[in-house]
Amino acid sequence: MSRYIIGRIGQALLVLWVAFTAAFLLLQALPGDAILIKFQNPELGLGPDQIAALREAYGVDSPLWAQYLQALGNFLAGNFGYSVQGSVPVSQELLANLPATARLAGFGFSLAVLVALGLAFLATLAPFAWLRSAIQAIPSLFISVPVFWLGIMLIQTFSFRLKWISVINPGEWEGLILPVITLAVPISAPLAQILMRNIDEVSTQPFVAVARAKGASPGWVLWKHVAKNALLPTLTIAGILFGELLAGAVITETVFGLNGIGGLTERSVRFQDASVIQAVVVFSAACFVAVNLIVDLLYPVFDPRLRKAKGAAA
Amino acid sequence: MTSFASIDAFTTTPATVSRTNNLFGRLRGVNPGLVLAWLVIALVIAWAIAPQLFTSFNPVQGVPSEKLKAPTLIHILGTDALGRDLFARLVYGAAHSLTGAFVAVVVGLVAGTALGVIAGSTGGLVEEAAMRLVDVLLSIPGLLLMLSIIILLGFGTVNAAIAVGITSVASFARLSRSEVVRVRRSDYVEAAFGSGGTFLSVLWRHVLPNSLTSVLALAALQFGSAILAISTLGFLGYGAPPPTPEWGLLIAEGRNYISTAWWLTTAPGIVVVVVVLAANRISQSVGKGR
Repeated sequence: MSRYIIGRIGQALLVLWVAFTAAFLLLQALPGDAILIKFQNPELGLGPDQIAALREAYGVDSPLWAQYLQALGNFLAGNFGYSVQGSVPVSQELLANLPATARLAGFGFSLAVLVALGLAFLATLAPFAWLRSAIQAIPSLFISVPVFWLGIMLIQTFSFRLKWISVINPGEWEGLILPVITLAVPISAPLAQILMRNIDEVSTQPFVAVARAKGASPGWVLWKHVAKNALLPTLTIAGILFGELLAGAVITETVFGLNGIGGLTERSVRFQDASVIQAVVVFSAACFVAVNLIVDLLYPVFDPRLRKAKGAAA
Repeated sequence: MTSFASIDAFTTTPATVSRTNNLFGRLRGVNPGLVLAWLVIALVIAWAIAPQLFTSFNPVQGVPSEKLKAPTLIHILGTDALGRDLFARLVYGAAHSLTGAFVAVVVGLVAGTALGVIAGSTGGLVEEAAMRLVDVLLSIPGLLLMLSIIILLGFGTVNAAIAVGITSVASFARLSRSEVVRVRRSDYVEAAFGSGGTFLSVLWRHVLPNSLTSVLALAALQFGSAILAISTLGFLGYGAPPPTPEWGLLIAEGRNYISTAWWLTTAPGIVVVVVVLAANRISQSVGKGR
């Protein structure tokens, strides 16, 4: 078992290293560069020799392999370089923006889970067949909606038409309502789909038939027998959902003009601030790998059947 | 645009072959939702090929006196701030959004399937390396990967499409590899090798055709998500430059008038939703058709 864990951690580190290298190579091959974009502006009145001095200070003219080794060393030491546009260390910028995004993502994810559970249960328990199939179709509708458009529609409806939520200087929590809904919709869809499929699958199992034959109501069967077994496999898409959450944050924060990792990402793409992008890419890859690793390692804890299989094999 | 038609021809075959051959039986087996999905896609493709048949207005040149008009019988979806007919812009925009999505799917399909087929049929170290590469691609959130590629390639319709395509390479590679591995173990492939087929000929004659159905279902699904992704990039301003009536850009432009001209954001969004829904519905039917 411990060999398995070490192997999985090694694999995760390998993926991270390749992601770092790929991001580095990709972003170093940029046609323009952030320093020129920021400092070539004639209003700053910098001469060519001053720009050259700046380039040397940022280390953009040394050979590629030297830059790579230095960047890798710095990354391992937790130093992600300087944000050219923001004129602060990237790590500082990430840390400053992390809490807002974490809050948005946390609420968004919780709401998504609730919506997905609600949809999945309703799709099984709703009284009429047509209603059940209508509810089953909702996740595919959610998947097809552009997130940015959803955000705009929500603003249009609730802020301008109904005037429930003010757009100008909303309170801290009031301003979070629409972004959280916007973020939750695309996350809830794949969750609900997987849940519905699992509920269908588990419902065909003999033990469910037995429970029903004993006279249990549909709600009881669903809650006591099916739900437990249907929830577990949703863990496997946790990593993918995390990626969706981050992508959703980029769009949501742009649409609603919020500060956070997403807005930071959008700005740094606009100004070709490669070191910020690279840090965000490696950061999100690290989170993805970590989430998947944790899920893989925790799975046997939640599912005793897997533990037994492992024990028998060892 | 002929390439659209050929893809269509491909995707319909598996679904119809499995049904009975007489026309009556085929009609009875048809699902109204699926027909509607095909009609939507056909209509949008027609918009892209011959936009002038659907609207007489100019999508780029506006009439200033007609600006920000709510939907009427003449301007069925209203006009924007420069007096351009929104419906005309949507119709002409279909070409940009569809070509973009098409390029994206082709990039993903060709590169991903090549990677997956090579990995699945050679095995060993090559397979290991290719699949690790796929893991890395999957570990980076799609939008971030697109944005990274876009700052590398620069802004523009084609570049945005390529970026979207590259993000789908991983899923195509995974799927085609598993399909190839599955097919390769089957009896008829062993028989083909046994009766003297070379590696490449067996791959071409037996392995590829039999792994294609699910790959095509994924292609249809990716077509829908590519339309979404391209409109997202257009909205963020990384796709086609402004006068272009690209759907995402239309929504971005309408955003400045949400308090006064609701139709400018609502209509393009609904078009995107309907087209993506149709593509996903078709993908579902292709997946089940085998």
